[in-house]
Amino acid sequence: VDLLIVLFLEALRAIASLALISAGLAIIFGMMRVINLAHGEFLMLGGYAAIVATKAGINIWISILLISPIAVGLIGVTIERTIIRFLYGRPRDTMLATWGLSLLLVGLITTIFGNTTSGISAPPGSLQVGDHRIAAYSLIITAIAVAVFAAIWAFFRYSRFGLIARSTMQNADMSAALGVNTSRVYAVTFGAGAGLAGLAGGVLAPVTGIVPTIGAAYVAKAFITVIGGGPAVLAGTISASVLFGAIDQIVTYLSTPVIGEVALLLAAVVLLRFLPQGITGYFFRRAA
Amino acid sequence: MSVTKGTSGLIIAAAIGLILLAAVPKICDPVVLIELTSYVILAVLALSLGLIWGYGGILCFGQSAFFGIGAYAYTIAVINLGDSTVPLLLSVLVPGLFAALLGFFLFYARVTDVYFGVITLTVTLILYKVMNSTSGAQYAIGNAPLGGYNGIPAIPPINLPGRPDLSLTSEGLFYVSGLVLLATYLGLHVVLRSRFGQVVVAIRENERRAELLGYDARFFKLAVFSIGGAIAGLAGCLFANWGLFISPDVFGLAQSAQVIIWVIVGGTGTLLGPIVGCFVIQWITTQLGTQQLLNASLVLGAILIGFVLLVPKGVVPTLGQSIQWVRLRSNVAVEEKRVP
Repeated sequence: VDLLIVLFLEALRAIASLALISAGLAIIFGMMRVINLAHGEFLMLGGYAAIVATKAGINIWISILLISPIAVGLIGVTIERTIIRFLYGRPRDTMLATWGLSLLLVGLITTIFGNTTSGISAPPGSLQVGDHRIAAYSLIITAIAVAVFAAIWAFFRYSRFGLIARSTMQNADMSAALGVNTSRVYAVTFGAGAGLAGLAGGVLAPVTGIVPTIGAAYVAKAFITVIGGGPAVLAGTISASVLFGAIDQIVTYLSTPVIGEVALLLAAVVLLRFLPQGITGYFFRRAA
Repeated sequence: MSVTKGTSGLIIAAAIGLILLAAVPKICDPVVLIELTSYVILAVLALSLGLIWGYGGILCFGQSAFFGIGAYAYTIAVINLGDSTVPLLLSVLVPGLFAALLGFFLFYARVTDVYFGVITLTVTLILYKVMNSTSGAQYAIGNAPLGGYNGIPAIPPINLPGRPDLSLTSEGLFYVSGLVLLATYLGLHVVLRSRFGQVVVAIRENERRAELLGYDARFFKLAVFSIGGAIAGLAGCLFANWGLFISPDVFGLAQSAQVIIWVIVGGTGTLLGPIVGCFVIQWITTQLGTQQLLNASLVLGAILIGFVLLVPKGVVPTLGQSIQWVRLRSNVAVEEKRVP
């Protein structure tokens, strides 16, 4: 029974990390339809922001929860203004340009920090479950993921900017006609997505350590989670995280972490073959 | 008339290619020749993506997957068999079949462009991870240990059929690679001018219209994708011969990105473009590697962004257009002079 509880908590952590990784992309790709292949690098930047800030003597929670998202959010806005805004409505070119961006950021960070793993130690503390111990930090990750999704949902559902953003994504011309500065809305939304990616990077930095090329490990996972989720962005991302996270952890437990990740990716490819609209797309179509 | 013109163009291209092939080893010193050989091999890879992206309209982010599969297929088979003839065939067949399988999953599901790009990227990542995790003696196919992230060293080179003792020298590899590049280039020209090639281009231009005319777009896309995969596999085989060493890095994202950059810099929708792009970018990368001032992927990323934003058609078509424009201008000038 203890082992089952530990497994359950581990699965919960995997699900929460997947959801966190995907949250920023759910906004940038799910809502704005911008295929941001540099998403993994946003996470990487968030990780470095947290590390640099912590090493500069700032409290670890402040650097993870505040500095990472704000720094990467600002970078995101800059990138939107200089590159992305020329490419709306051209998905292929967006893909190529953001891939170029991803290479550029990897190169830049390698030049600055070198091609080595940097890390900060996770806040200590652990939980005793029978004979097993698990780090308290994995529970914190879960809590942060829940909080982030609740915040995104509440923000887009209830705040005035959330309403404007949703209307702009639905019909930009109409919103512009009603006096909304759509280009600013796009920039801010992109920045918010980037900021969330930065937050995820910061939160995961103590767990994984950060190398300049770590983005590659995240970007595919994030994309298949959001795509697998389908058109209902938040619900879809959560349900896909649950499915893929559970598969990952179960297979990891049965074999090795590498096989677990491969199982996750394979499951996603097969899922997309049979449910091209993603999970929520399938169920909504049935309901309709 | 245009057909004969096209044919004479091909003959001229073939002649130039053969002359270059014969002359270069005489002029260059061996170190430069080895460098050039790698460019030639990678240009074959560039051509494969130039085919499926530029003509098939399929944006594949995982071309290096087929390249790597070809390299590994050749390596594993040649270590087990000793003679290189069958492995050579396998290095074309295995990636071709893999592309067909993947294409069957994706084209017949009518996955859109964007998802196609993401999924091919994912598949490449899977291969990279799997190959990286195969270090240790328990991972071996026949006599060939896979070696994980250490790769497989000391690959036996291509030999004359039936004579494992007569294998390729580095100069020989240049000739073989050059011939493969030339044959691929000319072969693709012929394929693209055939009925099949015309249908493929028609599907790129307007998939629905082509389908309404009775062509099964899924089948034609699958076919062109498989051909591209097979060519990339052949390039992979040559690449394994070039370094006589292969590691999972051939599946890496950097490799996939490079292929895309060659094609976009050279120009989509041409066959010359990817070759030119490959030579130019590889030369730049090598130069950057020697001077250590700027990180190579930083520069490559900047080049990619710059081309997408500023020169989306690539160098060769843009140059072609400006030449035509200049010609038209001069014709107009001549006309104007005649008028009075």
